[in-house]
Amino acid sequence: MTKGKKIAMYTFLSIVSFISVFPLYWMVCAATNKSADVVSGRLIPGTYFLENWKALMVSQDVMGSLANSFKYAIALTLLSLVVSSLAGYGFEIYHDKAKDFVMSIILLAMMVPFVATMIPLFQMFSKAGWLNSTIGFILPTISTPFLIMMFRQSARSFPHDIMEAARIDGLSEIRIFFQMFIPTMRSTYAAAMTITFMNAWNSYLWPKVIMSDTKSQTMPMVVANLTQGYVTDYGVLMLAVLICTLPTAIVFFCLQNAFAEGITGAVK
Amino acid sequence: MSKSSKKMTLNKKHNMTGWIFLAPGALLIFFMSFVPMGKALMLSFKTGVGAAMKSCGLMNYTRMFQDTVFVQSIKNTFFYLIIQVPIMLILALILASILNNKDLKFKGVFRTMIFLPCATSLVAYAVIFRSLFANNGIINWILVNIGILDQPYSFLTNTWSARIVIIIALLWRWTGYNMVFYLAGLQNIEYSIYEAAKIDGASAIQSFFKITVPLLKPTILLTAIMSTNGTLQLFDESVNLTDGGPANASITMSHYIYNMSFKYVPNFGYAAAMSFLILILVAILAFLQMKVGDKRD
Repeated sequence: MTKGKKIAMYTFLSIVSFISVFPLYWMVCAATNKSADVVSGRLIPGTYFLENWKALMVSQDVMGSLANSFKYAIALTLLSLVVSSLAGYGFEIYHDKAKDFVMSIILLAMMVPFVATMIPLFQMFSKAGWLNSTIGFILPTISTPFLIMMFRQSARSFPHDIMEAARIDGLSEIRIFFQMFIPTMRSTYAAAMTITFMNAWNSYLWPKVIMSDTKSQTMPMVVANLTQGYVTDYGVLMLAVLICTLPTAIVFFCLQNAFAEGITGAVK
Repeated sequence: MSKSSKKMTLNKKHNMTGWIFLAPGALLIFFMSFVPMGKALMLSFKTGVGAAMKSCGLMNYTRMFQDTVFVQSIKNTFFYLIIQVPIMLILALILASILNNKDLKFKGVFRTMIFLPCATSLVAYAVIFRSLFANNGIINWILVNIGILDQPYSFLTNTWSARIVIIIALLWRWTGYNMVFYLAGLQNIEYSIYEAAKIDGASAIQSFFKITVPLLKPTILLTAIMSTNGTLQLFDESVNLTDGGPANASITMSHYIYNMSFKYVPNFGYAAAMSFLILILVAILAFLQMKVGDKRD
C-alpha cells in the first residue's frame, strides 16, 4: 500500500467513526447538562446529571418502566431460545421430507410484515384478556423463523458421532439436546440471545398497541412520551435516552465477539 | 424380533421425537403468524367497527388507491428504500473490505466505533436525531456558527429535509450492522486469494469487484432482503423522528396503518387491506431479489 492510500483509508475510517460516535457522545453530554446549555452548543459533559435525574423521575415512572422492559425482554429471550433452538434442532437432526416441507412453510412467515398480523393479534389478545400483560408482549415473538433457521443451520455442524455415542450410552434424546447440543453451540446461543434481547427491548409498535395502561409501559415508550410536550428539556430527554440505551449497549458489549462468531456460522 | 424391524421402530421413535421437538415452535408460528394473516385477509373485506362489521367486497382495496395519504406513504417508503438501502449496503461493503485489510492498525477500535450505533434502541436513536436536527439543535447551532446558515433551518418541518433526515438516521443506525455481516462473510474467504491477486497486479478496486463482491453474494443477498423487509415496515423512525410530518410528507406505510387502526377512529377493515398490500409488496420484492441473486451465479 502506498503512503497516500494509507492516509486516505485512515482518514475515511476516522470520519465514519466520528460520525458514528458523535450523536452518542452528544447524548451523554446533553444528559449531564442543563437544557439551556445544551441548546447553546455545550459539547463537554457537565455536572447537571442529578438535577436532570430528579426531574426525569418526577415526570415519568422510569423505574417501573425499566422493570417492565427487563421483565418482558428476559422472559421473551429465555423462552424464545429454548423453543426456537429445540425446533431448529428437531428440523435438522431428525429431518425428512415432511419436516423439510414444514420448514419451508415456516420460512414463508419471515415475509409476513408485522402490521399485517397486528390487528387480528390485538383482537385475539384483547378477547383473551392479555392486554397489558407479559404474556401479551412475548407470545407473538417467542418463536421466530429467523431463529429457527439459525439454529437449524448450526445443528448441521453438530457431530453425528457424538450423538451416536450418547445414544449407545443410553442418553435420552432430550438429554442429548440439553447436555450435548446446548454446550457445544454456545456462540450460536450468544448471538441468538443478543438479537432476541435487543429486539425485545427495542420493540415499540407492539407494546404501543397492547400496553395502554401506563403501569405496563416499556422504557422506549417513556422516551417517546417525553417528546410529546411543546417545550423539550434536552437534559431530561437525553438522560432517558441514555437509560434506555445502556442495557442493550451492555448486552451488546458483553456478547460482541460471540455475536460475530455466531453470525459467521449463520452466513456460511 | 429381527434386527431390521428393531431399527425401523427406532427410526419411527426418532421421527416422532423430531416432531415433538419442533411442535411448540411450529405451532406458535402457525397461530401467531398464519392464523392472524388469514383473519386479516377476511377483515380486509369488511367495514365498520366491532360487532357491527359488515362485508363490503373490494371497497377497502379500491379506496386505498384514492387515499392520497396512503399513496404518499407508499411513495415515501419506496423513496427510503431506493435511496437508503443501496447507499447503506455499498458503504457497509466498502467499510468491511477496508477493515478486512491485514495491514490495517486499530482495526478493532474502528470496528467497534462503527458498530456502536447498533447498540442504541430504535426509539432512542430516533429521538437523538430529532434533537440533533431540531431548530435549536446542535446541527443548526454548528451551521449557524460557522456561517453556512444565517438562521436555523427547520429540517423537520420542510418536506424534503425531513425525508433526508430520516435517511441519514437510518444510514447511521444500520450501516455498521450490515458491515458486521460482511466482515463475518469475509472471514470465510481465504486471505491468500487477495495476496495472490495483488502479486498478479490487481488493484484494490479490481479485487473488490472481482473477488469480494462475487464471493460475498449470498451474504449481500441476505442483507438486501433483510433491509428491504425492514424498510418496508419502517415505523419507529417515522413516529418519533418526524411524526410523519410535515403534513404526512414523511409518513411510512406502517405508521399510517397504525394511525388508521389505533389513533384515528379505528377502521380495522381498511387498515387490514392496506397491510395486505404491504405483505404482497414484501413477497414480490423478496422474490425479485432472489431471482436476481440466482441469475449471477
